Amino acid sequence: MRWIRRHLLAFAALAVLAYMLIPNVVVAIFSFNNPKGRYNYQWTEFSTEAWQNPCGTPGICESLGLSLRIGIVASLIATILGTLVAFALGRHRFRGRAGTNLLIFMPMATPEVVMGSSLLTLFVAMGLPSGGGAILVAHIMFCLSFVVVAVKARVASLDPRLEEAAADLGANALQTFLRVTLPLAAPGIAAGALLAFSLSFDDYIITNFNASPSSITFPMYVWGAAARGTPVQINVIGTIMFLAALLVVITAQSLSNRRAKAA
Amino acid sequence: MAEQLSGDLRLQGLSKSFEHFTAVHPLDLTIPQGSFFALLGPSGCGKTTTLRMIAGLEDPTAGQIMIGDKDITTTKAYQRNVNTVFQSYALFPHMNVLDNVCFGLKRRGDKDAKKKAQEVLELVQLSEVAKKKPVQLSGGMQQRVALARAIVNRPDVLLLDEPLGALDLKLRRQMQIELKRIQSEVGLTFVHVTHDQEEAMTMADTIAVMNGGRIEQLGDPATLYEQPRSTFVANFLGQSNLLKATVTGEPGSEGTVIVRSHDTDLEVSREHLPDGIRNILLGVRPEKLRLGAAGGPNQLKGTVTDVSFTGVATQYLVRMPWGRELMVVQQNDGSARARVGENVTISWAAEHGFALDASQDAEAGAEREDDRG
Amino acid sequence: MAEAPALSTGVSAPPERQRSNWVPYALLLPGLLWLVVFFVVPMITLFSQSLQEGSVDEGYTFTGNVAIYAEAFQRYLPQLLRSVGYAASATLLTLLLGYPLAYFIALKAGRWKNVLLVLVIAPFFTSFLIRTLAWQTILSDSSPVTEFARAIGLTDLLQAVGLTANDNLMASKFAVIMGLTYNFLPFMILPLYSSLERLDPRLVEAAGDLYASPWQGFRFVTWPLSLPGVVAGTLLTFIPAAGDFINSKLLGNTQTVMIGQVIDAQFLRVLNYPLAAALSFILLVLILTLVTAYVRKAGTEELV
Repeated sequence: MRWIRRHLLAFAALAVLAYMLIPNVVVAIFSFNNPKGRYNYQWTEFSTEAWQNPCGTPGICESLGLSLRIGIVASLIATILGTLVAFALGRHRFRGRAGTNLLIFMPMATPEVVMGSSLLTLFVAMGLPSGGGAILVAHIMFCLSFVVVAVKARVASLDPRLEEAAADLGANALQTFLRVTLPLAAPGIAAGALLAFSLSFDDYIITNFNASPSSITFPMYVWGAAARGTPVQINVIGTIMFLAALLVVITAQSLSNRRAKAA
Repeated sequence: MAEQLSGDLRLQGLSKSFEHFTAVHPLDLTIPQGSFFALLGPSGCGKTTTLRMIAGLEDPTAGQIMIGDKDITTTKAYQRNVNTVFQSYALFPHMNVLDNVCFGLKRRGDKDAKKKAQEVLELVQLSEVAKKKPVQLSGGMQQRVALARAIVNRPDVLLLDEPLGALDLKLRRQMQIELKRIQSEVGLTFVHVTHDQEEAMTMADTIAVMNGGRIEQLGDPATLYEQPRSTFVANFLGQSNLLKATVTGEPGSEGTVIVRSHDTDLEVSREHLPDGIRNILLGVRPEKLRLGAAGGPNQLKGTVTDVSFTGVATQYLVRMPWGRELMVVQQNDGSARARVGENVTISWAAEHGFALDASQDAEAGAEREDDRG
Repeated sequence: MAEAPALSTGVSAPPERQRSNWVPYALLLPGLLWLVVFFVVPMITLFSQSLQEGSVDEGYTFTGNVAIYAEAFQRYLPQLLRSVGYAASATLLTLLLGYPLAYFIALKAGRWKNVLLVLVIAPFFTSFLIRTLAWQTILSDSSPVTEFARAIGLTDLLQAVGLTANDNLMASKFAVIMGLTYNFLPFMILPLYSSLERLDPRLVEAAGDLYASPWQGFRFVTWPLSLPGVVAGTLLTFIPAAGDFINSKLLGNTQTVMIGQVIDAQFLRVLNYPLAAALSFILLVLILTLVTAYVRKAGTEELV
């Protein structure tokens, strides 16, 4: 008993962690379920059918493909734009710093309902159609701020003396940027890109406001399924996503560890 | 709440071991109440570990810590009446100077915390910055706040962990004198940990020289300096010229014994010779050597290979016939200086030499270039 | 140190070489422009939409119909208050649950630190809709969790407090708040972790040296120094939670409708754009007030 009291903090911490992970575990378990009805709430019997046929339900893999495409493009553009802003904020002095900080922060502070609906009113007023393009524009917008935060943290911790040393050794501005600054900032940029991708991929509310019947993203598909009936394939894909995310994060960690050891 | 105890700080058989090495071998030490005590030694000698054990921040593997009659070995750090001035100062960045200084008093429920804090700030001459945050102060001022924060609690023992390390030379000298003054004014027991032998000798009443987890020698600065009992102490405190010699046993002039070194007869005071040792290292401090024959009966001839002017003195390296270079330091008091290449005689008085057992490592404690700092 | 002597008149020092001043602005331009066009401008159109009248078929005209806001408040104040209430509860819960975990990872985990961080972050990257659907399974009426809750009397307790309406866990206020808490825990934990990781452990040691018990050390040193993380985490949790409706839709019932659901319905089904826009704007202003209060306290550098 006394042992528990001394390790109370550890127990509390791990209990919270368990709370955070249980749904993932449940998703994985129920991906092996063979439900009786349309919904996947009750365990009926073990079956690997959904795993053998992950694209079995109509529309699911198309929506996945759309989400991936939008995610990659949005992430790419948001990362480029956001990295530029982060460098400006982290490296340079300029007027309007407070305003810039505020403008970057606002999308993170605004509820998705408001952002999604306001974009809808803009597109309607301008006569632009909903659909893939509108979704892409919206995603770039709200991912940008997160990229800025991720990269700025990294940029701010870069030692300017390294760039001075490069210049001292004969590198011009472009060479310094490509060979010194960029590689050093790379982990932050990668983190920002990853974050942008996941935010885009997982977004429902803003997407829903700007979608059309021909542009169903994966979250929208899942939402519809919640009303119509949840195919087990959703759990399969959810589990795959979880494992893939684990893999990526672990790889990123070990890469940065190796870099830290080499330093 | 810890009550005020009086009494000497006593460490009995105190040791600290880790998995693969022993940081502190069983240590016995008594630090008299109200004295300024220094633990001196190179990095890794165990002085900081010893200090942390006294503070309660490290659990000893064995042994006891007593203040007066009270055994405090098992009391937790926050229950001990011992305070520390940390090397990094560890000032609370979110509190201003006054709140920092009041911190310990408030935790003990002292109603006059603010008043006492203000008094101590006056003592360290920082009354004007009471409302500032630590980050707004210079290094020297931060150091004084850290001191004030510890002193205000009137602990039984005040521990200082290399507190002057981050200050530049002039400021450090100033603070050394300040600390000494404050200590005698306030009357607390100060235990000061440092690797700077000059600092220890300037400030402390008693010094314990530590090496490899053990105390090599304990004593007041003058005794340690003039009569080191090991090569480590001889080399760590100041500089020493050590010459291999054999004790012949023949008596010299008054109270001295003849020893033979490199085919020369030299005289050493009888009382400075360790009993029963035949092979010794004869030690002479550079400032005791004179250029010219007038310094005393002990004379050696050599050639000057280096002259360094250091303002107050001139430092010479004189090469002996057997290849070794001896260091001579002479005050720039107007007497003639030698030049590189000159053949000179160096001499010293018999009582200025000390003798150490030759079986020790003659290089122990000598500062290597990369050891400094 | 003596000051450099003042230059006499008639001799001016050479001007300091100006750094290329256009570089930061060039860097900022594309990103900020995107935000202005696709964030700021839509906000303006949103506000303007709320003051228009008409319908989707006939078109809208700007009439400055401020009365719409009064109507919005009248009809939907309960949902607005409810949203704030749920969000506040969820935020408090995430703080209570997240702080120990963040503290543990930052200060006590040693070599397990990275593993634990991975476990905190990884679920975050997988579809939150799917995970929230999983809660439907976990809290469903016949699940082992619900059975266990009934067995230990938890359901009775929740019913007594008004968090559930019957002896189920699903489709209740309890489930919605649980879902919100679950969804936003990473948003609270990561800023907290960031803040706690930067804490200098020597400060806690110094506190102990100065007679602070472990609890006092936490209260006077660790907690105040972790406040930036607490505030960041609170904002990052409360703000999206207030506008959320996924949790309420999937895990709640008709009594738990949040303002986000109302806005969604008004925009996409009822097509009452002016009302929907007004509601959106009210929600936005509410949140802006909180952010302004925070900004005034901490300065804008802390935001980003």
